[in-house]
Amino acid sequence: MTEPDAPGPSALRADLVIEYPFIRTTGPVVGAFLTGLREAVLLGIRRSDGTVMVPPVEYDPVTSEPLTEVVEVASTGTIVSWTWVDPPRPGSPWEVPHGLALVLLDGADTPMLHGVMVDSPDGLATGLRVEAVWKDDRVGHITDLAGFVPVDQVTAAHR
Amino acid sequence: MTDTPIPAEASDGVGVVLPPSIRDVEPVRSVRTPIRLEYDFIPSAAAQQYLRAYGEKRILGNRSPVDGAVFVPPRGVDPRHGVVADEMVDLADIGHVGSFCVTHLPIPGRRDLPVPYVSAWIHLDGADIGFLGLVAGCANEDVRIGMRVRAVWKPDGELGDTAENVLHWEPTGEPDVPIAEAGNRAWGAKQAAAADDDADGGDSGA
Repeated sequence: MTEPDAPGPSALRADLVIEYPFIRTTGPVVGAFLTGLREAVLLGIRRSDGTVMVPPVEYDPVTSEPLTEVVEVASTGTIVSWTWVDPPRPGSPWEVPHGLALVLLDGADTPMLHGVMVDSPDGLATGLRVEAVWKDDRVGHITDLAGFVPVDQVTAAHR
Repeated sequence: MTDTPIPAEASDGVGVVLPPSIRDVEPVRSVRTPIRLEYDFIPSAAAQQYLRAYGEKRILGNRSPVDGAVFVPPRGVDPRHGVVADEMVDLADIGHVGSFCVTHLPIPGRRDLPVPYVSAWIHLDGADIGFLGLVAGCANEDVRIGMRVRAVWKPDGELGDTAENVLHWEPTGEPDVPIAEAGNRAWGAKQAAAADDDADGGDSGA
C-alpha cells in the first residue's frame, strides 16, 4: 500500500465553508420568549410548583407536563456564575472581550446564560447586580438582548 | 421573523397564556439559525493526485484489486470490500448520462448557477460508478439516461488543482447507451457478460 503523503508545504489545501441557512419554527413558548425580546421584555414560564424558568421551556423538566403560563420577569438580576471570554469566538455577537454569565433575573428561579459587557474580568463577581441592555433594532432573536451591564453602570444611553 | 410561509395555526399554541406585554403584538413564529462550519481542507493522498491530474485535463480513477471495478474520483479504497485501492487509471473525458435531475430551485449563494439546470451522474468510459457534473449544450428536455456526453473543459489558462475544471458535459451526438446498460446498470451488465464468457470457456480478457 502507498503511505499517504503527510500534509506538507506541497500539499493541496483550501478553505472550505459549509453553511446551512436554517429557519426554524419556534413553537408557541419559545416564540413567546422571542416576541418578548423583540418587545424588550424578558419572559419565563411558570411550573406547577410556582417556580419560574427563564428562558421558558415547553415541558416541565421534572414532571414532563406541558407548561403554558408565560410570565414576565424583571430586566434586572444577579450573576450566579461567570467566565471571561477573550478573544470572542468567530461569529460571536460580541466583538470585544466580554463576560459570559448565568444571570438569575428578579422573579426567575433559574438563571439564563448571556453576555455581560464590562471592560475586564475585574468588573465581574458572583452576586453582582446587572441590568439588561437592549438593541434599538429588535427582530425577535436572542441578540435583541445586547447583554447585561452592572446596574450602577447603566448609562442614560443604555436606558 | 415573520417572512416565512408558516401557517399561523402551526405555531399559535393552544392553551398558552401570554402576559399583557406581548398579548396584542404579532408573535414571532420562526427564527434564523444559520450553521456555519469553516474547514481548512487538506485532500487525501488519492484526492491530491486526482486534483493535480484534473488540472491537466486528465481524470483519474482507482481500480479495485478485488474485482477490477473503477471508482472515480479515486478515494484510495474500495469501500465495498474495505481494502486499499491505490492503482490509478486514466479515464476518458467522455461517457454517458447514468441519471440526471432538472433543478428549478436556486441554491442560496450560487448565483453562478441559474435555474433550471441539469445535474447528472456521468458514467465515464472505463469507470464503474458515476461522476457528478452539469449537462449543458442541449435543451434540458433533451437530456436522457444513456445520452453520450463529453467534458467541456475550462480554457487552459483557467485550469487549476480544483474540482471545478469541467464547465459542463455536452452531448457528443453518438448513439445512446441502451437503458439496460446505462448508469448503475452497466456494472451488472458487465458482470453478467463476464459470467457468460466464463461459462463459454472464453477469455474475456478482463
